[in-house]
Amino acid sequence: MHDTTILLIEVGALLFALGMLGRLGRRIGLSPIPLYLLAGLAFGHGGLVPLSASEEFIEVGAAIGVILLLVMLGLEYSAGELVGNLRAAAPAGVIDALLNALPGAGFALLMGWDWRAALVLAGITWVSSSGVIAKVLGDLGRLGNRETPVILSVLVIEDLAMAFYLPLVTAVLAGVGLIGGAKALGVAVVTVVAVLVVAIRYGKQISTLISAQDAEALLLGVLGLTLFVAGVAEELKVSSAVGAFLVGIAISGPVAHHATQMLSPLRDLFAAVFFVFFGLSTDPAEIPPVLLPALGLAVLTMATKVVTGYLAARRVGIALPGRLRAGLALMPRGEFSIVIAGLAVASGVEPRLAPLATAYVLITVVTGPLLARLPDYQWFKNFVRRRMHPQQAPVLKATD
Amino acid sequence: MIVRVRVEQTPLPGIGVRHDLVTSSGRTVGVVSHRNGRRDLVLYDVDDPDACLASIPLTDDEAEALADVLGASLMLGQLAGLRQQAAGLLTEQIGLGAGSPFVGRKLGDTRARTRTGSSIVAVMRDREVIASPGPSFVFEPNDVVVAVGTREGLDGVTAILAGDDDG
Repeated sequence: MHDTTILLIEVGALLFALGMLGRLGRRIGLSPIPLYLLAGLAFGHGGLVPLSASEEFIEVGAAIGVILLLVMLGLEYSAGELVGNLRAAAPAGVIDALLNALPGAGFALLMGWDWRAALVLAGITWVSSSGVIAKVLGDLGRLGNRETPVILSVLVIEDLAMAFYLPLVTAVLAGVGLIGGAKALGVAVVTVVAVLVVAIRYGKQISTLISAQDAEALLLGVLGLTLFVAGVAEELKVSSAVGAFLVGIAISGPVAHHATQMLSPLRDLFAAVFFVFFGLSTDPAEIPPVLLPALGLAVLTMATKVVTGYLAARRVGIALPGRLRAGLALMPRGEFSIVIAGLAVASGVEPRLAPLATAYVLITVVTGPLLARLPDYQWFKNFVRRRMHPQQAPVLKATD
Repeated sequence: MIVRVRVEQTPLPGIGVRHDLVTSSGRTVGVVSHRNGRRDLVLYDVDDPDACLASIPLTDDEAEALADVLGASLMLGQLAGLRQQAAGLLTEQIGLGAGSPFVGRKLGDTRARTRTGSSIVAVMRDREVIASPGPSFVFEPNDVVVAVGTREGLDGVTAILAGDDDG
């Protein structure tokens, strides 16, 4: 009884503090993700305020947070969109994977970590934050821009690739070795393809099982189905996150639209708990030693994202300013990188991975959206214009 | 006379769809339709045709009003053009009263072109313009028929639609 009281006080104070932080973030135009991470660092192990009674509660909340993040991501895309996009944008996706995952893996090996940690860090540096980027594009009024479909299709491919990457990482971190990992990957490929085929062929019938009319039934139905499938997927070692993602993809039409509205507030709540939990499990004292490597990795992989966006936009005939906009917009890493790092923390593969991932995500998610604004400044436009039309330079030459 | 305009459709995964077209004056305009029903009217930069200069969110009512204004002025413009092209040829909007014998019947049943030499080129219904309706087009009460023909021919169509002409 006493424990429950302390739990209420701790969770209540925590959520209230997060609410204030979120408000502050909106005021200064910052994504709440870094603020939640910092709040997590401030509490818990080695932090200012230890949370004793509620740690278990927050841990469960964090697991639900990951599941909700992924089911919402799946709801945003229809199966048809995923497959249709795949054909057109596969080369861009391959460029993206090579340019951004390899530096992460190489960096981990350079730090003397084992290959499992390298696999995890490759994922952390590979995946951009679709949530943060979609918001930045909306805020900057760039949804109509011609490079925007390029950015979105790169994000879609990354998200789809996670359906294969997460089971692989989950299996490898469980200590089954490469062969076990390959087996998990095989299971994931079969499952994902089966779900996509079923969703494209019978998506309407699945969605009619859950009525879109009754809000309460819809909320409980979709949430229950998601948690159930996520649990079964975890039991089958395919990663609960992927199970949730596939549920989101399988649901389409008006049910998906209503479910998005119903689940959004829940997602916001539990995702906040998830980011706090990740911060909680990291000791702030471990961050300073990895700060410099994290900064180096951030600079390197933000540069490779710019190259990715540049090349992807060039493929579809976008001019230089648009290519730079695409590249600069792709830089922030966020929720997925933390999800991947969270898997590694749970398995205890490399103690320095969690603080490095925290610092890395903090750096990219704060600087990324700021740098994405660069192409809107006049001096940047002038600079690009000079690069595009060097023939205007002779006027200057004649005077000197 | 009707120039087909190429409207390009681009899916925006996770957001919705974008339609855009390049005008004959070289400007690009587009509409971003969000999946949640929001629409943005976007205008593209002349210097950098990949970027939008302005993105104007429209509510349902605003979008409908804008579409009406553009659609109506277009209709009038086309009719004025027709009138200028051929002297002696007139266009007229003829309302179909609820008492017309052709309510619920096919356009082909009027045999308007055979009997009067005038053509029914469009029907306006609920603020929508249905261009070049075929013979199997079925009339509804309060449809407004746009017909092109000579003075006598148009009077004939008016009489037929009103049921005064029992031929």
